[in-house]
Amino acid sequence: MAAPVSERDQLAYIANQAADARVNLEFESEGMTLNMGPQHPATHGTLRILAKLDGEQVISCEPMPGYMHRGYEKLCEVRTYPQVTTLVNRIDWLGSFANEVPWILAAEKLMGIEAPPRAQHIRTILFELSRIGNIALFLGDLGIQLGGITVGFYAFRDREHVLNQVEAVTGGRFHPNFDRIGGLKDDLPKGWIAETKAAMVKVQKFCDQVEDLLIGNEIFQSRTRGIGVIPQHVAQSYGLSGANARGSGIDWDLRRDSCPPGLVYDKCDWTVWTHPDGDSFSRSWIRLQETREAAKIVDQLLDTIPSGPIMAKVPRIIKVPEGEAYVATENPLGEMGYYLVSKGDLYPFRVKIRSASFNNISIVPWLCKGVYVPDVISILASLYFILGDIDR
Amino acid sequence: MSASPLALVGSAPVLAGLDPPYWAATLIKVGVVALLVPTTALILGIVFLFKVMSWMQSRLGPQEAGPRGLLQLLADGAKFIQKQDIIPDAADRFVFKVAPMVVLISTFLLYVIIPAGPSVVVESLDTGVFFALAMSSISVIGILMAGWGSANKFALMSGIRAAGQLIAYELPMVLAVVGVVIQAGTMNLNGIIAAQADFKLFGVVPFPLFLLTQLPMFLVFLAAAQAELTQPPFDMPVAESELVGGYQVEYSGFRFLFFFMGEFATAFAFAALASVLFLGGWSLPFVASDSDFYTSTAFWLIGPVVLFTKIMLVSFLIFWFRFTYPRFREDQLQKVCWKYLIPICLVWVSFTAIAKVVW
Repeated sequence: MAAPVSERDQLAYIANQAADARVNLEFESEGMTLNMGPQHPATHGTLRILAKLDGEQVISCEPMPGYMHRGYEKLCEVRTYPQVTTLVNRIDWLGSFANEVPWILAAEKLMGIEAPPRAQHIRTILFELSRIGNIALFLGDLGIQLGGITVGFYAFRDREHVLNQVEAVTGGRFHPNFDRIGGLKDDLPKGWIAETKAAMVKVQKFCDQVEDLLIGNEIFQSRTRGIGVIPQHVAQSYGLSGANARGSGIDWDLRRDSCPPGLVYDKCDWTVWTHPDGDSFSRSWIRLQETREAAKIVDQLLDTIPSGPIMAKVPRIIKVPEGEAYVATENPLGEMGYYLVSKGDLYPFRVKIRSASFNNISIVPWLCKGVYVPDVISILASLYFILGDIDR
Repeated sequence: MSASPLALVGSAPVLAGLDPPYWAATLIKVGVVALLVPTTALILGIVFLFKVMSWMQSRLGPQEAGPRGLLQLLADGAKFIQKQDIIPDAADRFVFKVAPMVVLISTFLLYVIIPAGPSVVVESLDTGVFFALAMSSISVIGILMAGWGSANKFALMSGIRAAGQLIAYELPMVLAVVGVVIQAGTMNLNGIIAAQADFKLFGVVPFPLFLLTQLPMFLVFLAAAQAELTQPPFDMPVAESELVGGYQVEYSGFRFLFFFMGEFATAFAFAALASVLFLGGWSLPFVASDSDFYTSTAFWLIGPVVLFTKIMLVSFLIFWFRFTYPRFREDQLQKVCWKYLIPICLVWVSFTAIAKVVW
């Protein structure tokens, strides 16, 4: 699938850089180096962006991650399998439950266990709820980055409905730590289904509000349309995933195309949206549609939760048999996968976490060349990264 | 025009028995303006920034300080005054220190010419509008000084952006006022109010406000005022998500408070200008300017109240836009100014001039 950037593109890139250098020589100006971050609101976390400017134009732009590196891959090696879920919760901290799922699925795959249908349903519902919680905040953050703070407050307000539902089941608003190998920790509380249905109505209303206030706004469109265009082959060669890939017209969604066993996306009716433009606007628009689709998925799954046990038969002390497995799911930020190597021990032998944001921001130097400083902000906002997801 | 503006001003009563000498009058006037600037900034800050903004964004806003949190801004002000006055090592110390004062001075001078009644005005200048527009552009210098003096790259970019933006938006603002001046036939603000009170459409229909004949100009004036105040959607010089506060980034304590006060007091002054120019200022609709009501003693109180009501309406518009729209990019801002606002103004100015000659 990875098509390399054509030689012509690379040559054009080099020629451009040389031309910029020449211009600076002629005017005897060195430009200005602007350090955005590690403490800067546009990086919502501790990403440092080193931008070389000529006036307001960005000549080169380099993201420097690593200020929040916590060594999770190594830490996983000294924890038992159930303990790791607590850890990986903190990778993409806005959609925490979604981080646990691929890890559990990878362990289940090696152990040859499958969760009972009821657990699979509830797992999928919680997965989509964390997607809504995550992307709702993206939509709000997009508004804040572009100066429309009101949307940000609406996002915080309506995200609360979703977080309350997650909290009602798991006991944790941010870090549920609820998924278990072979099922889930607990069953649903009483009355939860009706409450969640009401919450989904509110989410749909929130999406309409965002569309009115932000996505449909002419100023927003003039700020994002035609800005930060990622052609399809470039998106593929940089390994973009999730809404960033679909915004470039790549019709690829792991939920639909290679859904790992343990999630029940095939049981409901929903759409994978793509947008041909590849600009900041299309990425934002795709995410808005995704929130709506996620609410739809939750709504459908709530009607069809089967009865039955919540846990499969799992040994008391979990030892994963020897082998290797890679399981990836479509997380709110894009493809998130765990490559898990087991030597049949209590602890994993080696874990490689493939998180979406790391690949998604790798395109920033390519993308932010020749744009204006305000566009760097809108491009970064539309690429949507979570610092924990970059640095792990 | 039946009532000459100067006649109107001249006919106003001097407060009974009070005719202080020049130096005392000047002192009183300075004192009044010095009190007005923080008070109006406080009113706008509490009403719009705290209360209206939190209602629009469906959150609570300040609740604890005073009844319904109304004293929050006073508490904030007290906090700012206590804070250490930090000056960066690399800063140009003099420029850095003076910049907030320059911004505030421009606001002070704006208050000088705004009339709150036939004679409730600090100085009724014949070139009132001209003076207001000239004084409002002083703040550009202050902002540029702050941007340069801070020795901060973000502040520098912000200062340069501000200079480009404020100078560009002077033009539509001036042109928007030109229409009113042509229609009123005077630059004296009291004269403009009197002309509005007496204005008859096509010479027959009584038509108390210039708002309806000058509606495009009113909208342009609001947009330009928004840009002059560097409020969203024109807040690139401040742009907290990209330039982290821009020229204010290195300021703390009471100097930051000065910028804050300057912004809100200027918002009040621009709203006052808009209500004087387009909404008839202190005059009541359908009461002719030579009415005895305006010269009665009671109007010393009623005039300011009428003006204040209109100011609050206009400020609501300004802040409503502020809380609704995302921010333009710098080049788009210039495009809006030169491609849309100025041509609209030019067309309407010519239209007004022709209409003035015909009727």
